[in-house]
Amino acid sequence: MSNQTTNPPLLDIDDVTIEFSTRRGIVRAVEKVSFSVAKGETLALVGESGSGKSVTSYAAMRILDRAGRIAEGSIVYSGMRLAELSEAEMRDLRGREMSMIFQNPRAALNPIRPIGVQIADVLVRHARATSRDAKEKAIAALEEVRIANAAERYNAYPFELSGGMCQRVVIALALACQPQLLIADEPTTGLDVTTQKAVMDLVVELTKQRDMSTILITHDLGLAAAYCDRVAVMEKGKLVETALAADIFAHPQHPYTRRLMRATPRLDSTLRALLPESDERAEVETHLAQPASDVILSIEGLTKEYPRIDRTNPLLKLVGKAAPAPEPFKAVGGIDFRIRRGESVGLVGESGCGKSTTSMMLMRLIDPTSGRIIFAGEDISATPARDFACHPKRGKLQMVFQDPTESLNPRYTAARAIADPILRLGAPMKSAALRARCEELARLVGLPLELLDRLPHQLSGGQKARIGIARAIALDPDLVVLDEPTAALDVSVQAVVLNLLHDLKQRSGMSYLFVSHDLNVVRLLCDRVIVMRAGQIVEQGPTEQVLSAPASDYTRALLEAIPHPPAQDHAA
Amino acid sequence: MLQTALKRIAASVPSLVGVVIVTFLLTRVLPGDTASYFAGPAATPEAIAEIRQKLGLDQSLPVQFWNYIGDLVHGNFGLSLTTGQPVVNEIAARLPASAELTLAGLILALVIALPLGIVAALRQGSWVDHVCRVVATAGVSLPVFFTGLLFVYAFYFLLGWAPAPLGRLDVFASAPPTVTGFYLIDSLIARDFATFRATLAQLALPAITLAVFSLAPIARITRASMLAVLGSEFIRTARAAGLEPSTIVIRYALRNALLPIVTTLGMVFSFLLGANVLVEKVFAWPGIGSYAVEALIASDYAPVQGFVLAMAILYVFLNLCIDLLYGVIDPRVRIEA
Repeated sequence: MSNQTTNPPLLDIDDVTIEFSTRRGIVRAVEKVSFSVAKGETLALVGESGSGKSVTSYAAMRILDRAGRIAEGSIVYSGMRLAELSEAEMRDLRGREMSMIFQNPRAALNPIRPIGVQIADVLVRHARATSRDAKEKAIAALEEVRIANAAERYNAYPFELSGGMCQRVVIALALACQPQLLIADEPTTGLDVTTQKAVMDLVVELTKQRDMSTILITHDLGLAAAYCDRVAVMEKGKLVETALAADIFAHPQHPYTRRLMRATPRLDSTLRALLPESDERAEVETHLAQPASDVILSIEGLTKEYPRIDRTNPLLKLVGKAAPAPEPFKAVGGIDFRIRRGESVGLVGESGCGKSTTSMMLMRLIDPTSGRIIFAGEDISATPARDFACHPKRGKLQMVFQDPTESLNPRYTAARAIADPILRLGAPMKSAALRARCEELARLVGLPLELLDRLPHQLSGGQKARIGIARAIALDPDLVVLDEPTAALDVSVQAVVLNLLHDLKQRSGMSYLFVSHDLNVVRLLCDRVIVMRAGQIVEQGPTEQVLSAPASDYTRALLEAIPHPPAQDHAA
Repeated sequence: MLQTALKRIAASVPSLVGVVIVTFLLTRVLPGDTASYFAGPAATPEAIAEIRQKLGLDQSLPVQFWNYIGDLVHGNFGLSLTTGQPVVNEIAARLPASAELTLAGLILALVIALPLGIVAALRQGSWVDHVCRVVATAGVSLPVFFTGLLFVYAFYFLLGWAPAPLGRLDVFASAPPTVTGFYLIDSLIARDFATFRATLAQLALPAITLAVFSLAPIARITRASMLAVLGSEFIRTARAAGLEPSTIVIRYALRNALLPIVTTLGMVFSFLLGANVLVEKVFAWPGIGSYAVEALIASDYAPVQGFVLAMAILYVFLNLCIDLLYGVIDPRVRIEA
């Protein structure tokens, strides 16, 4: 725990305002933000997208892009006023005194330079190594972040490594010159929970070992609670609250902090409890007696194999001397499960476990190698993926995609996007009727009608997510595959979207297959859960049972890796 | 690496076969009757028929094609009817002239355009950026024969700095002994520095003319490609690690920006090699482009066939080089190949 009276702050940000000059004039991204980080302290900078948390940290490193500038205030790093330093002096500080690790580790590394050489570049730059011993020291730096066979990996390129491995390399790069301050900007977003835990544990261990200070920028309150001493909450460019981690979760003072705390799914939360206190919506009456008995989807022995690339010389093959063809890679290895009408099933697992391949086969975007997909009593796997668009059942099977922006045609208005499945698959409709249907759908998903004529870039992430959902339910489907529909959204928007999905299901009796890596979200929305690993189903059963008393070690490991914010003290 | 190269060469065989067929057919459908053209305006029909028979043009297309293939296999591209020389010899003599000119122009363009594009990307919106834009726009919008003539007028006629635009060497100088066919290199090999200087003087104006024209695509693609790379996340990582700007710009950004630049270079080179007829005309350069155009006008089909075939082979070879260069620049390409 920090002790500010004895430790002078290592970094002191005082009344800092950051402006960006844009085409529409000057925009204040950060306004009068003050906080400090003591030596050895870990501070979490928490907030939703656009709150200015990353920009603040870039300002501390003085790596704001050309359009941005520090308009007011001062940033002092161990007694030095950073604004007074020359660019060359600043370059000496970066990497040696303060360094940064980034979101999306693969993109943060030079794609065409071996990772070891990139670390050596930094070591040589800050005179921690000469060109003679740079390789040796870079390998040592890789070993320090627990990369196995570091000497071999020295010449590896980022594309040859997994995401978690790349993040270790980025950490090695940042810590190579033993800096005093580490700024970690969403270091684990996009990584699996178990990888996230391994990476965060590594960061904390290394920084504690060296008595470094850390600023952890995150939108995940659980992560902040689990790894930080103090938490600073930012909203729309302003710092709204700073407190000790233990206190802020028990007694959040600022309304925004409270809202953020509420919206974060935790072990004991319910869907409705995620919404702001002012939002008192009633439970929607369900049309169906739950649980319905008839099965809407039945998967039997579903398998998808990909051939491995044959590296043997084609000439050898001609003379019949080649080794036998390698075993194909089983992305999905013979799985069985059922979804009942009106049921919501969660499909969880880490990246590469085959959950996306499974959902693509369900949607008949790719052909399974073997196995049957029986949807509403008909074997739809008999129709090739190419012809499935014309299948009479196609309209009853819909999908909501992970990225709400990328999954909308940028040249279609909201109304046109929602009408798309009706125009392609539905009965011919007069344009007035079509418009009325779009408006009805917009009302269902809570999209203001005046937004119907806007293009995607004029809408927020949450609004785009609503359009994606409206489009999926336009033809009254029986089954909707939800592929991480809230992964790209802020927690407060996620809370609203999850409630919306729940209400829609109650109202119309659809079934959901909810593909996700976030077990907390699955817990809220799903009746049953299927856990996948390496193309196999590890465990399936009622959500409550699987998540509270998991039968398999793998599920338990997944659950344990999730950082939880401490339960809120309701008396506060 | 060697295996990749061999595979790529094997893959280019079908396109060469296609080129042989298409050039053969194209030259047969060209307007103008070769036989009557060479018999002259006063020739009798019998004389024309005789010439046609001599050339083998009276036979059916498949037979003509078969004969053509047979000749090609023996390295015989046919005789030029206007000069009476074997086409192979003429192309072999003229191709180095074009290649030397194009390469000189391209290297000059590269030396100017690459730094210009990089600085324009680094200082977006500054005066260098504007200069880059103006130079590039002016370069492509002025036709090469115009800039060529302008240079001749200014530097030969008015200032007298350049020699007369009369080919690769002064009429009274003798060419260096042929090793590569490039006079600049050959004269250096022969340690004949007077010839080297004379060649350089002759080469300067046409090369600058070509450079002005080919500056634009290279500078523009360098700027655009550098801008895209400079905005990427690994550049931010490099900056946050305190690397020197020179390291960031050259080793991190430029190497990543190189792929589109190399592609553009290949396209510009192959385009210029065959298409700088106008420059060759203005400077009386004994190049391959003007040779082909003259043959075309004279309905002299053998040189045209030979020219197209030579260009196609060159193009395939150039693309092969670019593909291999990709692999050198980007390790990810190596895996896919």
